[in-house]
Amino acid sequence: MSEPTSGPTSSGAERPETEGTPHPAGHDDTSREHLEAIATTDAALELPPEQSGFGEGVVGEVLLDIRGLTKSFGSVHANRDISLDVRRGEIVALLGENGAGKSTLVNQIFGLITPDSGTVSIKGDERRIKDPRDAIARGVGMVHQHFQLVPVMTVAENVMLGHESVRGGLLDLDSARRMVRELSEKHRLAVDPDAEVEDLPVGTQQRVEILKALSRRVDLLILDEPTAVLTPQETDELLGVMRELANSGTSIVFITHKLREVLAVSDRVYVLRQGEVVGEVATKDTDATRLATMMVGREVVLSIDKTAATPGDTVLEIEDLHVSDDRGLAAVDGLSLTVRAGEIVGVAGVEGNGQRELVEALAGMRKVGSGRMRLKDLDLTTADPYRTHHAGVGHIPEDREKHGIVGTYSIADNLVLNEFDQAPYSKSGVRQFDAIRANAERLREEFDIRSSGVMQTAGSLSGGNKQKVVVAREMSFEPTLLMAAQPTRGVDVGSIEFIHRRIVEARDAGAAVLLVSAELDEILSLSDRIAVVHGGAVVAEMDAADADRTEIGRLMAGDH
Amino acid sequence: MQTWIAKNRTTLVIAAVVVVAAYVFYYAKNDIAPSMYVSAWGYAIPLVLASLVGVIGERSGVVNIGIEGQMLIAAFAGFFVAAYSGSMLAGVLAGVGSGLVAGAFLAWTTVRWRMDQIIAGVVLNIVATGITSFYYTPGQILPGVIPNLTVPGLSSIPLIGDVFFTGESAIALFAIVAALLVHVGLFRTRWGLRTRAVGEYPSAADTAGIDVERLRIINVTLAGSLAGLAGVYLSMDASSTFERSMTAGRGFLALAIMIMGMWRPLRAFSMALFFGFISAVASQLQQTGGFAVPPQLTGTLPYVATLVVLAVAAGRVRAPGAVGQPYVKKDQ
Ligand SMILES: Nc1ncnc2c1ncn2[C@@H]1O[C@H](COP(=O)(O)OP(=O)(O)O)[C@@H](O)[C@H]1O
Ligand SMILES: [Mg+2]
Repeated sequence: MSEPTSGPTSSGAERPETEGTPHPAGHDDTSREHLEAIATTDAALELPPEQSGFGEGVVGEVLLDIRGLTKSFGSVHANRDISLDVRRGEIVALLGENGAGKSTLVNQIFGLITPDSGTVSIKGDERRIKDPRDAIARGVGMVHQHFQLVPVMTVAENVMLGHESVRGGLLDLDSARRMVRELSEKHRLAVDPDAEVEDLPVGTQQRVEILKALSRRVDLLILDEPTAVLTPQETDELLGVMRELANSGTSIVFITHKLREVLAVSDRVYVLRQGEVVGEVATKDTDATRLATMMVGREVVLSIDKTAATPGDTVLEIEDLHVSDDRGLAAVDGLSLTVRAGEIVGVAGVEGNGQRELVEALAGMRKVGSGRMRLKDLDLTTADPYRTHHAGVGHIPEDREKHGIVGTYSIADNLVLNEFDQAPYSKSGVRQFDAIRANAERLREEFDIRSSGVMQTAGSLSGGNKQKVVVAREMSFEPTLLMAAQPTRGVDVGSIEFIHRRIVEARDAGAAVLLVSAELDEILSLSDRIAVVHGGAVVAEMDAADADRTEIGRLMAGDH
Repeated sequence: MQTWIAKNRTTLVIAAVVVVAAYVFYYAKNDIAPSMYVSAWGYAIPLVLASLVGVIGERSGVVNIGIEGQMLIAAFAGFFVAAYSGSMLAGVLAGVGSGLVAGAFLAWTTVRWRMDQIIAGVVLNIVATGITSFYYTPGQILPGVIPNLTVPGLSSIPLIGDVFFTGESAIALFAIVAALLVHVGLFRTRWGLRTRAVGEYPSAADTAGIDVERLRIINVTLAGSLAGLAGVYLSMDASSTFERSMTAGRGFLALAIMIMGMWRPLRAFSMALFFGFISAVASQLQQTGGFAVPPQLTGTLPYVATLVVLAVAAGRVRAPGAVGQPYVKKDQ
């Protein structure tokens, strides 16, 4: 198998158009090595391909077999009659929008959720999987969508949790450390066994999660959106590890939103929509556009068509800005940048190079050390979020759960969070529910927020729809400056397309847009101008038209 | 070892200073110091046991506001069972047993039925006050005393031997052992690793194959027996009589000690000693009356100290991550 590359998402475009071939349609690695690695018996290798089950695209014995799995939460049908199978040594991708039921499906394999009906059989064992302990005993390992690590414990303690080695009644931490070191060498996932998990960056925490799963005997590894928080480099590293694991016989169920990753690493793809399997296809027989179409149920435009920008006056001017991070270290370190009306400036950079602190400073959420920020004639350097908002800054925050919405409030209230005390939503200090409601109904329509009504709590929405609430609120007051931080992180393809279109529309309406994203593809396709940051300062600025992916990658890595 | 010393430098320095000061005081003022130390340890014993109850509960993710009630019930049950049966052993067992039952009550209501932990604890305290006041009958006496022991070897250490290991009641010695055991258990054993995981981040424990509810129920229930022993100590050892509300807020003080001890058994032990010492100082001041301070004011000294230390500690210490939250599985 070739190394996963960070090539364009259409890498499968020139492949033959045989969509939906009955499974198992194929596997492009039938090398002797691979087959040997996944063979369960030597005898199987001697047989002709039709009988051995190898070659002809068939990878190995069926390891996981799901039949008619159904699960409802109240009136929500999270999974409807799902059937799928995974063979030994195979990487199967589960693709679907937010809320399609992917996590529910895999949580049932791991014993976290009990199915209403249907069977999950692992290696032919059809008995109900009672709890995670049971699943682990049957060789299932899982990396969860939300990290399942104890923050105050060390890496070694986290890895040994649940299967501790004990000597003389006491924990044998030395052997746990050794186990972590061995595993991390074997899979080339560098971690320090004695580091406390909460001190580690998310990318490293993800490695710990994987090592934790691999520290037990796993035949089936489930990865629920493992790349959502990773940088492109870390993602490629992870895809490499997955490929190696599959080559040595581990089966993998891989959930992601990113079509590039599916195409780079999986053998087969199941597409879920509204709790149902709507398609199953061998990866080599499909491409990004068709996968996206299956996911959403309609054509999606993957590239954004936008006209050339017609920039106006300078709206935002940042001069020699210095901002510290939570630990008091310099995060933004002498950054200067301008954004004009009617243009999108994309800030590209590996996460942790001051982007978060820059945005928080601009939003008035973080104190500026030194330097200046000006919005037209207004000095924003010491403004608080209230003044920043009323100065005309719209802010789509990176962490929408924490800074974007109040989960226990209704959608309607969330849509007026920054205007609730202004007319027409409030008169003489009394809230005007009719106006609030009318506003919510209008925005729900306009921004396609899928919910049972505007009084539903925002916390119960899917990620993509939560994000649409934030976007609707921050765009509806027609900001002069729109700051969008990771606007499509963890959001499904349909919503991504929608949010991108709205950002471009805001630009066309004359807003200055500052886009911060860890997704280089997003930066490249949306921006008019690109500023590459490294070490808290802008190291290069270029027109998006002249931008070159590898060049930016090099600059992001600090090579300038 | 070196990293351990580096990490705990401040604590070690403070500990060294305190120990040196204690010895200096002991020999410089040997008219009052020895008796003050003994009475300090006497105050501290139930606080040590009760703070361990808090530590075990909160380390597993369950707040125990009901320690006060657990102690009170046990003090009551221990005293009256001993008085009526004529057997000290039966009394101790009844006290510890009733502590267990009270622990089980808290465990099942909060962990299994997910009742609010604060409310469950308050209920426990109210019920305890009610029952023990209602059935209280004056004029009973204990059939004997809790045996006193001297530990050979350890008792010959200057100061420490005199205060902790010479002619000490079995319960006092047990409190020392319990603090050590819980400490080692919490930080060095499988049970401890799992307990801490369950109290910090229960879903991580669950996905690692650990039964969160079961472990919490076991821990909270068993911790109840330590609260029981603390109650037994009050009515059968320290005072040889039961009085209404005789726990006098010790259960709550124990929670403060737990916080100042940063949810670590040995630090909680030290903080209990500190409070014992403050109390001893307060009563010494009352006796000697050397200062022109009214006794009502000196009596508040331990509580003022609590306030000051808690105010200083607040914001510097961190409770276990999942404390107070019932663990709800994904599809429930
Ligand atoms: N514990 C739960 N209670 C109620 N509804 C749930 C629960 N878990 C998931 N759902 C709902 O089930 C649907 C599928 O969710 P999920 O499996 O998390 O989707 P995905 O992982 O594909 O984004 C969503 O509509 C979600 O709101
Ligand atoms: Mg999910």
